[in-house]
Amino acid sequence: MEATKKEHELIVSVSPHVKSEETTSRIMWTVSLALLPAFLSGVYFFGLKALFIMALCVLSSVIFEALYLKVVNKKSVIGDGSGFVTGLLLGMNMPASLWSFSPFTVHVPIIASFVAVVITKQLFGGLGYNVFNPALIGRAFALISWPRAMTIWMAPTASVLAMDAKTTATPLGILKEAGMSELIKVFGDKVSLYEHLLTGNRAGSIGETSAIALLIGGLFLLYKKYITWHIPVSFLGTAALIAWVFGQKGALFAGDPLIHLFSGGMMLGALFMATDYVTSPSVRKAQLIFGAGCGALTMLIRLKGGFPEGVMFAILIMNCFAPLLDRGFRSKVFGAVKTAKEIKK
Amino acid sequence: MSSHSTVSLKDQILNGIIKENTIFKLALSLCPSIAVTNNLKNGVFMGGAVLFVQVMVNMTISLMRNVIHPKVRLPIFMLVISGWVTVTQMLMAAFAPDVYAKVGLYIALIVAFASILARAEMFASKNSFLPSMADGLGMGIGFLFALTTISFFRELVGKGSLWGFPIIDTKPVLLLILPAGGFFAVGILMAGFNWINARAAAKAAAKAKAALATR
Repeated sequence: MEATKKEHELIVSVSPHVKSEETTSRIMWTVSLALLPAFLSGVYFFGLKALFIMALCVLSSVIFEALYLKVVNKKSVIGDGSGFVTGLLLGMNMPASLWSFSPFTVHVPIIASFVAVVITKQLFGGLGYNVFNPALIGRAFALISWPRAMTIWMAPTASVLAMDAKTTATPLGILKEAGMSELIKVFGDKVSLYEHLLTGNRAGSIGETSAIALLIGGLFLLYKKYITWHIPVSFLGTAALIAWVFGQKGALFAGDPLIHLFSGGMMLGALFMATDYVTSPSVRKAQLIFGAGCGALTMLIRLKGGFPEGVMFAILIMNCFAPLLDRGFRSKVFGAVKTAKEIKK
Repeated sequence: MSSHSTVSLKDQILNGIIKENTIFKLALSLCPSIAVTNNLKNGVFMGGAVLFVQVMVNMTISLMRNVIHPKVRLPIFMLVISGWVTVTQMLMAAFAPDVYAKVGLYIALIVAFASILARAEMFASKNSFLPSMADGLGMGIGFLFALTTISFFRELVGKGSLWGFPIIDTKPVLLLILPAGGFFAVGILMAGFNWINARAAAKAAAKAKAALATR
């Protein structure tokens, strides 16, 4: 009797009336699953330190979100997993060397998590209202505040349990400081360089190094239709084109696009950061421009800027333009009456 | 006389500090509040300079209000303001040259501060000497208070020192003394200021309600 009553109950609500199995939490946990390969490769190459940093970021993100919601008397939304994803992405964007007690740098991921979750997301109104990608703002805050600690890169360790590792430069750092020939010399030859870049056996942020692991996760999201091809393809395509045309100093059309695509945070940025629902445009044409802008700015910073890597700043800058792009490329409403101005054209 | 004259001098001063705080409430003059507040000393001197100019301008305009022709009042206000700013500049260059070297540009910019011209136009030109002075004092102290709070916060967190003396011995949050961090600091403190005010207002309202109920 109870069940039949429930079945016939009418729900009165405003549109949209489309019902779907998809919920915020389901999307968030699927994204976390897609990040699993990169997570594992990070732990494999950088050991327990990487695991601790990512765990610290996830824990502090979730705790800060819960605390903030409690302080302002809002309903807790911890279950939707967005704090978890933000923390995980933030952790993957940090160097594993931050897990160090002398000099003490463990506070860096904690403060970065606070900036990401509370300042960038909750103060702007919570999930869905943030202008900028929270994990990237957290990282930008940390990079600008502690430039030394955030750029000590661990060389990949031989064993997962190793807590000590020598530091080294990232491939992009070598490329910026010493040039292409030196980069190839460090890794032996070109084939070996590509191999290191693809597998992730190189210095860098925890989750950004393994191009293959990130591609597996990205393709999984594409297959599940959680992201579309527009942003990643235009992002990577533009970056590759610019790397090919201007990548080599003194000669046009002689650069090596593959090195730029597989190094730094390019894959992580294009597949997981730039495709964030909240901070990217939702109109397809606008997404193409958004991705192209990210790619162009990234390469501008890499080739001409002071930092060796520009993915983070490129995405953050394009985040500002997301609403504008959406408005500019809004699709025509079916059956809408043309305005006098449009008819004149 | 305008309606302002019924307000007591104390309330007139408090109005500028809390209810119409230039930076935290009206969100005016944000440029200097971000540009010069990366250390406490600069912030305090800048706030002091604005306080001085605000009080002097209000007093001068109030004394002159009956002889200024309404059609030329704005140029006259500007002349008075720039006159007092020049005095401030000269005093500062003579007695605090090291600070002046850093914030001198922004001292000159006080001429263009919306808050100072606005108080001259809205208040001093319509009110007698004492209320105008109180208003200038309130607005100036409000500004000094805001700049002191912001620069205190930024220097302590961003550099780990206060007035140039080291206080905290760990690696500070460098971002806060950079321009971008100024926006963070002003935003956070503005939110805090308004939060405290909102709570105080709610408490006062509840008290008034309770007093009404017991009557």
